[in-house]
Amino acid sequence: MAMSDRFLPLAHTPERATSETALTRAVLIAIALLFLAAVLFLPLVTVFMEALRKGWGTLFESFSDPDTLAAVRLTLIVAAIAVPFNAIVGLAASWAIAKFEFKGKNLLLTLIDLPFSISPVISGLVFVLLFGAQGWLGPWLVAHDIQIIFAVPGIVLATVLVTFPFVARELIPLMQSQGTSEEEAALMLGASGWYTFLHVTLPNVKWALLYGVLLCNARAMGEFGAVSVVSGHIRGLTNTMPLHIEILYNEYNFVGAFAVASLLACLALLTLLAKSLLEWRFSDELAATARRH
Amino acid sequence: MSVPVRVRNLEKNFGRYPALKGVSLDVEAGELVALLGPSGSGKTTLLRAIAGLEQADGGQVLFGDIDANSLSLRERRIGFVFQQYALFKHMTVFDNIAFGLRARPRSSRPSEAAIKSRVLDLLHLVQLDGLEVRYPAQLSGGQRQRVALARALAIEPRVLLLDEPFGALDARVRKDLRKWLRELHQRTGHTTLFVTHDQDEAFELADRIAILDKGCIEQVGTAAEILEHPATPFIDSFIEGIARREAQARDWTKPHVVASR
Ligand SMILES: Nc1ncnc2c1ncn2[C@@H]1O[C@H](COP(=O)(O)OP(=O)(O)OP(=O)(O)O)[C@@H](O)[C@H]1O
Ligand SMILES: [Mg+2]
Repeated sequence: MAMSDRFLPLAHTPERATSETALTRAVLIAIALLFLAAVLFLPLVTVFMEALRKGWGTLFESFSDPDTLAAVRLTLIVAAIAVPFNAIVGLAASWAIAKFEFKGKNLLLTLIDLPFSISPVISGLVFVLLFGAQGWLGPWLVAHDIQIIFAVPGIVLATVLVTFPFVARELIPLMQSQGTSEEEAALMLGASGWYTFLHVTLPNVKWALLYGVLLCNARAMGEFGAVSVVSGHIRGLTNTMPLHIEILYNEYNFVGAFAVASLLACLALLTLLAKSLLEWRFSDELAATARRH
Repeated sequence: MSVPVRVRNLEKNFGRYPALKGVSLDVEAGELVALLGPSGSGKTTLLRAIAGLEQADGGQVLFGDIDANSLSLRERRIGFVFQQYALFKHMTVFDNIAFGLRARPRSSRPSEAAIKSRVLDLLHLVQLDGLEVRYPAQLSGGQRQRVALARALAIEPRVLLLDEPFGALDARVRKDLRKWLRELHQRTGHTTLFVTHDQDEAFELADRIAILDKGCIEQVGTAAEILEHPATPFIDSFIEGIARREAQARDWTKPHVVASR
């Protein structure tokens, strides 16, 4: 049968959302741009300028310092553990919260937000209280020769805690708004729970998941407070890039400090670039699915 | 292929609110039964309980003579068409319809070639030839509805459950689809239970009609039986409109009445 009759959108005149004069608008935009330049752009440029002050030679020399290399390696290792962990656990938690009814759901939601609302220093101190030599589990850990605080496991744990909400926060609202109808349809068509998750739930949130992972990654590599508390600042062993930058800076090794800082900034910029690309892509797709429904 | 569905004293409570209070209903193999009732009477709940999407608090659902509780959702082989279609919006029409076949365990999964020919056959059946590359967002409401039906038919269901299949469509499209569904049912012969709150739709389409009110079945029967012998005052008032229209149709002797509406 013919299904050609569609409603054409009525031609509508663009309305002005505000009534400010052109001058006011120009001033507001100028203020915003100036602010951005002063607070965001200038510092970034300064970082790269400082790093290059004594030329490219010195810059590369400071990268070949074994302690610096160790810091870069540690940061990458920590992110490589914390980010996939948080992606998987965050995905599971969001799935449970958005698709199932159970007791204690609100408590779980509040807990997920907790790392955002408390200071990272406290997040770090929690682990010291738990696993430190004087902590609750300290004696047991010492007896079994397990080192968590002032070692890589502590740094990973602190990073995981601080960066946990990024993925879950990104996914929960989206999954909740999507509801469970597509999953129910899949089950009625004979799909197993796992097949449904892989082929229905996951594709529906893939952009949001990637977006959350990127944010999580940016924070994991840049985290200072919580990591600083549990790391112990052992050069070449437990220094991540942010901690290493601080040490170099305090030793008046400005070129070294800014060299590492510029590397960290580059990683952040890369993440930002990826995020913008995704956002562009993501909004496109969201608009497409939201258009009719 | 088709099996009869027998519902015995089905009860379902949401918290302390009884949505189904002991519902019994038989749908014979190959029969088309309409489930009619006002909003909130429990139609969707009954359909979901039969499908296994909702756990009943009492009573029994039988497919043939097998207790539904002993069957997994997959084993029930129910084609369910949701009120809001629930198409997979990130998949093309083709992938939507193929989903149930591809989701089968490897041992019983058809080859891609077999899946392709089955999907194209179904697209032809629902009169959507050539639209397999579209996404659900690029379809009209009636087209989506038919994709949902084709997707449900792909698993060779033994029972079809349709929840207000035409609820979201305008009156003209509804009428077209109604006729089309009737013909489709005559050709495929699935045991079908479909929900509607539109009396005309129920009376025109169904072999038998079950009228639900406040979680209880008030009457089950053919259109003629219900129109001639309404079992309760509720049904009397519920079908009033239809009875009047039928009477008008019989008394129609002056064609100019039509022209002046
Ligand atoms: N998940 C739920 N939780 C609580 N109450 C529910 C739930 N689902 C349905 N109900 C209640 O059960 C009753 C029956 O709902 P149901 O959806 O079966 O009605 P319906 O006959 O399909 O109505 P409609 O024609 O509006 O779709 C309603 O009063 C509704 O509020
Ligand atoms: Mg309903």
